[in-house]
Amino acid sequence: MIAAATARWATLADNDFGVTSGEWVRGTKSVLDPAGPQSGRIHQLFLDYFWLSVVVYVLVVLFVIFAVILRRRRARWTGPILAEPAPSREKLRGWLVGLATLATTIALFFLLAGDHAAGRAIRSLSTDNALKIRVTGHQWWWEFRFEDEAPSKIFTTANEIHIPVGRTIEVELHSPDVIHSFWVPNLHGKRDMIPGHPTRIAFRADKASEYWGQCAEFCGYEHAKMRFRVVAEPEEKFNAWKAAQLQSSVQPATDSQKKGQYVFLHTTCVMCHTIQGTTAGAMMGPDLTHLASRKTIAAGSLPNKRGHLAGWISNPQTIKPGVRMPANSLPPDQLQALLDYLEILK
Amino acid sequence: MPYPLDVPAAESSDPVWSEANLREHILLEQTWRRPPGIYGWLTATNHKDIGLRFIVTAFIVFLMAGVLAFIMRLQLAVPENTLVGPDLYNELFTVHGTAMMFLFAVPVMEGMGLYLVPLMVGTRNVSFPRLLNYSYYIYLGSVLLLFVGFFLNVGPDVGWFAYTPLSGPEYSSGKRVDLWSQVVTLAEISSLAGAVEIVTTVFKQRAPGMSLNRIPLFVWSQLVTAFMIIFAMPAVMLCSNMLSTDRLAHINTQFYNPAEGGDPLLWQHLFWFFAHPEVYIIFIPATGFISTIVETFAGRRAFGYTLLVLSMVATSFIGFGVWVHHMFATPLPQLGQGLFTASSLMITIPNGIQFFCWIATMWGGRLKLTLPFAWVLSFFLIFTIGGLTGVMLASMSIDQQVHDTYFVVAHLHYVLIGGAIFPLFGAFYYWFPKWTGRMLGAKLGWVNLALMFIGFNLTFFPMHTLGLLGMPRRIYTYFRESGWAERNFAATVGAGVLGLSVLMFLVNVLISRRSGLLAGSNPWGASTLEWATSSPPPSYNFLHPPMVRSGHPLWFDPPDTPVVTGLALEHREVLVTTTHDAKPHHRYHMASEAWETVALAVVTIVMIVSVVFHSLAIPVGLPLILLVLAIWFWPTKETKPLKDPNRLRTVPATVPMIPDPA
Repeated sequence: MIAAATARWATLADNDFGVTSGEWVRGTKSVLDPAGPQSGRIHQLFLDYFWLSVVVYVLVVLFVIFAVILRRRRARWTGPILAEPAPSREKLRGWLVGLATLATTIALFFLLAGDHAAGRAIRSLSTDNALKIRVTGHQWWWEFRFEDEAPSKIFTTANEIHIPVGRTIEVELHSPDVIHSFWVPNLHGKRDMIPGHPTRIAFRADKASEYWGQCAEFCGYEHAKMRFRVVAEPEEKFNAWKAAQLQSSVQPATDSQKKGQYVFLHTTCVMCHTIQGTTAGAMMGPDLTHLASRKTIAAGSLPNKRGHLAGWISNPQTIKPGVRMPANSLPPDQLQALLDYLEILK
Repeated sequence: MPYPLDVPAAESSDPVWSEANLREHILLEQTWRRPPGIYGWLTATNHKDIGLRFIVTAFIVFLMAGVLAFIMRLQLAVPENTLVGPDLYNELFTVHGTAMMFLFAVPVMEGMGLYLVPLMVGTRNVSFPRLLNYSYYIYLGSVLLLFVGFFLNVGPDVGWFAYTPLSGPEYSSGKRVDLWSQVVTLAEISSLAGAVEIVTTVFKQRAPGMSLNRIPLFVWSQLVTAFMIIFAMPAVMLCSNMLSTDRLAHINTQFYNPAEGGDPLLWQHLFWFFAHPEVYIIFIPATGFISTIVETFAGRRAFGYTLLVLSMVATSFIGFGVWVHHMFATPLPQLGQGLFTASSLMITIPNGIQFFCWIATMWGGRLKLTLPFAWVLSFFLIFTIGGLTGVMLASMSIDQQVHDTYFVVAHLHYVLIGGAIFPLFGAFYYWFPKWTGRMLGAKLGWVNLALMFIGFNLTFFPMHTLGLLGMPRRIYTYFRESGWAERNFAATVGAGVLGLSVLMFLVNVLISRRSGLLAGSNPWGASTLEWATSSPPPSYNFLHPPMVRSGHPLWFDPPDTPVVTGLALEHREVLVTTTHDAKPHHRYHMASEAWETVALAVVTIVMIVSVVFHSLAIPVGLPLILLVLAIWFWPTKETKPLKDPNRLRTVPATVPMIPDPA
């Protein structure tokens, strides 16, 4: 009941607080609001543990409080009891302690069995026909490569993915630098991404919605601002998104956009970023081929709006101190042209 | 009172002080008190001096680390706050964690043990007094290194767990992590030395008659803890030194570097193999406080003494087999993880038994609701929550969701503050009269308890939900739309209340030290031997070391119980007894103060710190250490075989136990 109420409150809070600045994108992030079979199973197990804990807590506290209230009434303090305690009473206490221990042990076996069953259920998700995504955690952003048997259907994006509802997603987790942890609370538990230990987990979203994911293992300065969005949508919408992602980048049409592309390709941007269809092909930072299709920038730190993007390009260190992206002091006309260009990269 | 002769020196006009006793008192005082002046202060070897220094220093660390935590709470009070940036924030939580775990919790518990264990087992000092002095300075060096480093902006910033590769040479340049690893090394040297003192003192210096089944529960808790320290600390010294050698350019090993065949998971195993037992190293002494306080204020011997002792021992064993539950999110084999779920759940059983025994003790006693007892009662209310969330964290599946979130932050503070700090404050209120001769003020004390209870719960309870709402640990800020703002604000207000309550405690200590009620030797009517001597105890502890006939000598032993006489008065001599039955075995001539201990500590600290800066530190430092050790152990007249061979002869059991004429 408490957990359910909290869950409701959490969902409300998430959705309503999103409008404080009038521009924040929606998305939920809660263990208590499961949207997939794994998170649902874990939530169920959590509730079992939770209610058992409530019962145990109430019992312990009652015994302690009654000891203080009743015993003090019945046996007034007159100094320590120097006589041997009555053996019959002592024996009764012994039985009660034994009984409580036995009950604890039995309860623990139930908990153990429950955990084991839940663990099996979580791992047993079938990965036939699964959508495979290779996830790489970087300091401090996420790289997603959608795998496919046909090389032409592989594409890379960053910090925001769309997934089809009802289809298993199998993510392969990598980290080239420090330990990160992949976590979308509404969909599944977390899994650490340890350099030298690639690993995979599978999950499924059963509810079309937008979810937040976040790095869950301390990874340095901007651990707090290493987030990503998961948009779960019906298969056909997902396919449309995928088709769009497979496209090469939109070519500039206006003079300003052309100038912007020139700026991109002839300043520091090109040193780290890729834009498919241009000569920019560096892999140090997020792939920007479809930057304008994402709702946030800087790994979920800012809404993807022109003003924020300008601030981010000019001085990322004030937004994410310690971030690997350097400040770019472009003349105003070049910056505006660059923004014009970036805004067409749908 | 079975020992009417052990009245405080201040009350020597008391008629029970016969002329012979007074003469013995003066001789013993001359023999056992430390040399006058600064030299004597620096080289002090008395367990009460050093024990209190450990406690006071650790408490100062507690205050400083608490201030750091409060700054973190201020930063997190509102979303997208810019009070501190990520760099400082990372330093804050790392120094907070390192200080609280390595430099407060363990040393304060050891300090309590070093002060109380020799008194509780009825001897005059710990077994190796010089080592005691050395261990304190090493500890002090560790404290200074951490905090001076922090103020010079070389405080560690990779978390108290310092996971590689983030803490490795590639991702943490500079000297921050190097100094952290030396802080750990120094702290562990000190803890190990303290643990050795406690083990030998408990095993070999107990009062005659104090067989293993009569050892007070607090002493058992210290003994079990000391063994855990001996087995756990080497793991962290090993892994932090391997980290050092990975990082130092002139050594450049690759233990944790996956690119060269090393493995970051190696660090996690070694670290948690130490760090989970560490939790019990902090918690088990607290159970000793609880057992003692419950016994005293329930006015009866603890129900299930044997069960309580075996529970502690069982906890200490199982405590070494649960470390992987800190790694449930890593890609380790599932079957192995399941084993660690089972062992983590299993540790609930001995802890549960302890709870049941304490409750049974209360139900079978007469309860006196005093301040120390009230702290223990709040322990029951708080720690139980931490214990139950611990059961949830033991589940591999649940842990995958709540691991590294604020749920764990809430859990660990419920366990450590509820399980160790509340009993510790109870212990402060309980033993303060023994240390100072004066009671801590009760009115301020109740306010202190009430504020701490409210402040603590207000700070940490909302964190459970924060974790479930997806707030990860160790983030320096969070976004407005996350919905975490109200709970974080409440936590910050709670932290303020918590700080206020600690302030009240300090005020209380300062007032009571001067003008508290005079305590007398046994203000609580307790049963253990530390209350059989004056408050504060004389430098030699007991005029005539006691002999015991039960586990609660001050309650159950008849007044005509013999005491130990015949120990030398003119030099420091203690009685060594057998390990099982505590039968008198031989006399042991204890070392006196020596400047070498301080010198050795200084050389050790300088060497360990300079390892970070220069490759010659060890080649130069080690011979220096050997030199000081050689001077220290060079045979002197004092330690040469005594001319009188009878001195070292085994004493028959009956000899030292001449019934006291009084």
